[in-house]
Amino acid sequence: MDRRTTVKWMLAASAAWPAWRAGLAAQTPPGAAPSQLPAAPGYGTDPDLVTPHKRGEFWPLTLSAAQRRLAAVLSDLIIPADEHSPSASAVGVADFIDEWVSAPYPTQQGDRPIVLQGFAWLDAEGARRLGKGFAALDAATQTAICDSICDATRAAPERRDAARFFALYRDLTAAAFYSSPAGRKDLGYIGNVPLTSFDGAPPELLKRLKLT
Amino acid sequence: MPFVTAKTRQRAYDVIVVGSGAAGGQTAYTLCMEGARVLMLEAGRRYTPAAETPMFQTPDMAPLGGANTPQKPFGFYDATVDGGWEVPGEPYVRTTEDHAGRFDWWRARMLGGRTNHWGRISLRNGPYDFKPKSRDGLGFDWPIGYEDVAPYYDKVELLIGVYGSNEGLENTPNSPPGCLLPPPKPIVSDYLIARSARRLGIPVIPGHRAVLTQALDHRSNPQRLHPGNAKAQEILAADMRSRAPCLWATPCGRGCSIRANYQSTTVHLPPALATGNLDIATDAMVYEVALGADGRADGVNFVDRTTGTHEHASARVVVLAASACESARILLNSKSPHFPDGLANSSGKVGRYIMDTVGSDVTGQVPLLESLPPLNEDGADGHQFYMPWWLYQEQLAGKLGFARGYHVEFSGGKRMPGPDTGKGLEWLTGGNYGAKFKQDVRRYYGSFVYFSGRGEMIPNERSYCEIDPGGVKDKWGIPVLRFHWQWSEHERRQAAHMQRTFGDIIEAMGGKPKKIETDGAKAIAPGGLIIHEVGGAIMGANPKASVTNGWCQTWDVPNLFITDGAVFPSNADKNPTLTIMAIAWRAADHILERLRRKEL
Repeated sequence: MDRRTTVKWMLAASAAWPAWRAGLAAQTPPGAAPSQLPAAPGYGTDPDLVTPHKRGEFWPLTLSAAQRRLAAVLSDLIIPADEHSPSASAVGVADFIDEWVSAPYPTQQGDRPIVLQGFAWLDAEGARRLGKGFAALDAATQTAICDSICDATRAAPERRDAARFFALYRDLTAAAFYSSPAGRKDLGYIGNVPLTSFDGAPPELLKRLKLT
Repeated sequence: MPFVTAKTRQRAYDVIVVGSGAAGGQTAYTLCMEGARVLMLEAGRRYTPAAETPMFQTPDMAPLGGANTPQKPFGFYDATVDGGWEVPGEPYVRTTEDHAGRFDWWRARMLGGRTNHWGRISLRNGPYDFKPKSRDGLGFDWPIGYEDVAPYYDKVELLIGVYGSNEGLENTPNSPPGCLLPPPKPIVSDYLIARSARRLGIPVIPGHRAVLTQALDHRSNPQRLHPGNAKAQEILAADMRSRAPCLWATPCGRGCSIRANYQSTTVHLPPALATGNLDIATDAMVYEVALGADGRADGVNFVDRTTGTHEHASARVVVLAASACESARILLNSKSPHFPDGLANSSGKVGRYIMDTVGSDVTGQVPLLESLPPLNEDGADGHQFYMPWWLYQEQLAGKLGFARGYHVEFSGGKRMPGPDTGKGLEWLTGGNYGAKFKQDVRRYYGSFVYFSGRGEMIPNERSYCEIDPGGVKDKWGIPVLRFHWQWSEHERRQAAHMQRTFGDIIEAMGGKPKKIETDGAKAIAPGGLIIHEVGGAIMGANPKASVTNGWCQTWDVPNLFITDGAVFPSNADKNPTLTIMAIAWRAADHILERLRRKEL
């Protein structure tokens, strides 16, 4: 249980819920999936915890095919395949993102316009540079665009919103990837298995770290 | 017979217990094992941990990776059913939404209540903690002392199973031989934190948590707990044999299907039910204690949530154990010509002196813990060690600027990755992405340490609950509570001290704190966030200034008892649950004695 996160959620949710709703109508990019979702009940306060759930089971996924394509391309720029593990899209990160921005909860609905506007900004930036949507750009141009927004402290003033989007999207990509079996394996997580005894820190490691 | 409905329950019981959590579970256990016939009324639904606990489920099987939502505030797999700081259809009112003055009220509508998900931290109050006013002139003394409660701490530890050690530190009591189970072995970050804190003069000792690091002694413990009661011993021995020790995996907050940690549903209720003396009615929302013409409680009135009908149940004794604020609410809603301001409220103190725990947290990142080899550090689910308050003498000498102490809970290690892994790393990575980001997440995974201060709040006149004067009612038509809240400078300074201390420890580890907030007003978590709320019907030695006596018996109504946190006249830094169980057992022993003497 992470009470730090809970505290942040409590404070954010109580303050942010009406504010984002008021701002949405004006910000919806034309032709995109609707920013404002129909009221959905969510999974309720007593969901089945034992049976594994599928994305879209509790609320409909709402991203368009083009948005999902963009979601996958961008998440692979953030978490590409390497010698340890597959890329983000290979473990279904686009599904996770779609579920996230389609969820009926305050945090997620607050993230939704940031993600959708970020997608629109990426496509507009691709069009400005090479007359193509972001997903259709060559890797070098995609990287150049990401380089301009990946660090909010160094991004140009007119790119601050885009940088804020990129930081959020990196968090969501990481959330999706490291929630997956491949992500756990990538980090070398070897717990969540029953043991007959718990031995604590290995003595040789403690010795190496000069902790004994 | 054990699970009953409005239709199948019996006409009369010795005792009605309202609530099924730590207080209700313990009260009913003690009464039933010693022969009293008990009806337990629980507002929430029946809950079966063996079938409903998500033990090894992983984040990819949950919506949103299991992240927190308002419907599951501690994450999807948290054990809580129909609960949280907001319960649909059961509102409450705050006087302000501001950080400084808000109180958020956590409830769980399920059999076993909050014990299904709690942190299992089980610390004894020390001698100072029962007599705080005598020590520093602030707040209230309890009418009982450590020596009165100590035998019951022993009993609770022997029954539920608590790991820990005896260190002989100031106001941090030892347990008698055989009471505690061995503590779990330290993980790498435990060693580093302990070394660094000790260099600063801060003690680091094994935590006390209600987790079975080995099987309970089913031969000795039942005899110690129920001397001369062969039936109770037999039932308890059989039950202890069926509880498995910890398998060193899965978060305790999900509950435990093998019964390796304490939940009321897995520890108190099964043996109590096995006696045949306990009937449980779930979905029974008690809203009122009914007063007889003789001035005694003649039972309770409740809404059957499955039918919406109003029911009455009667017994010789009524025990409220519905949680501090819910018990206060029931009393305040029990109005009669003789008690126009609520039952047992001739003192005007019902609802008064609500306290939570002072909470403040810091995250740090430690280079020495980066890029360690794969390690299974699930252990006993964190908080294996802690720092008891260490500045009693400096505080008493007035050197700190705040009157009460705190303990430090901390955790670290390579815990199961999930939706927060890799989040917000910009302060370390400068915002990189791609192959470098992936390498950085690997590098930093397991290198974070988390410190949580948990401190004592002094009761004050401006932190209380009352029936909402605006007339708001819940979906059952029951008037709701309105909360008032205010911290004092003691709590704000304490929170700032926590922040500075955690920064010092992290720096002593060679690490970097993410953020240190030295403004206490900003560092302190809002009221109710730590979910240690107590008070609202405090015990005392003076009927004019308290609601119950030292036996949890209301001054005004001799057969009405309150055995939950409502009776706490102070809220030590020690997490309240173990003390709730100890005073509930003590009160139940008293009720049994009075029943035998036909005084109730």
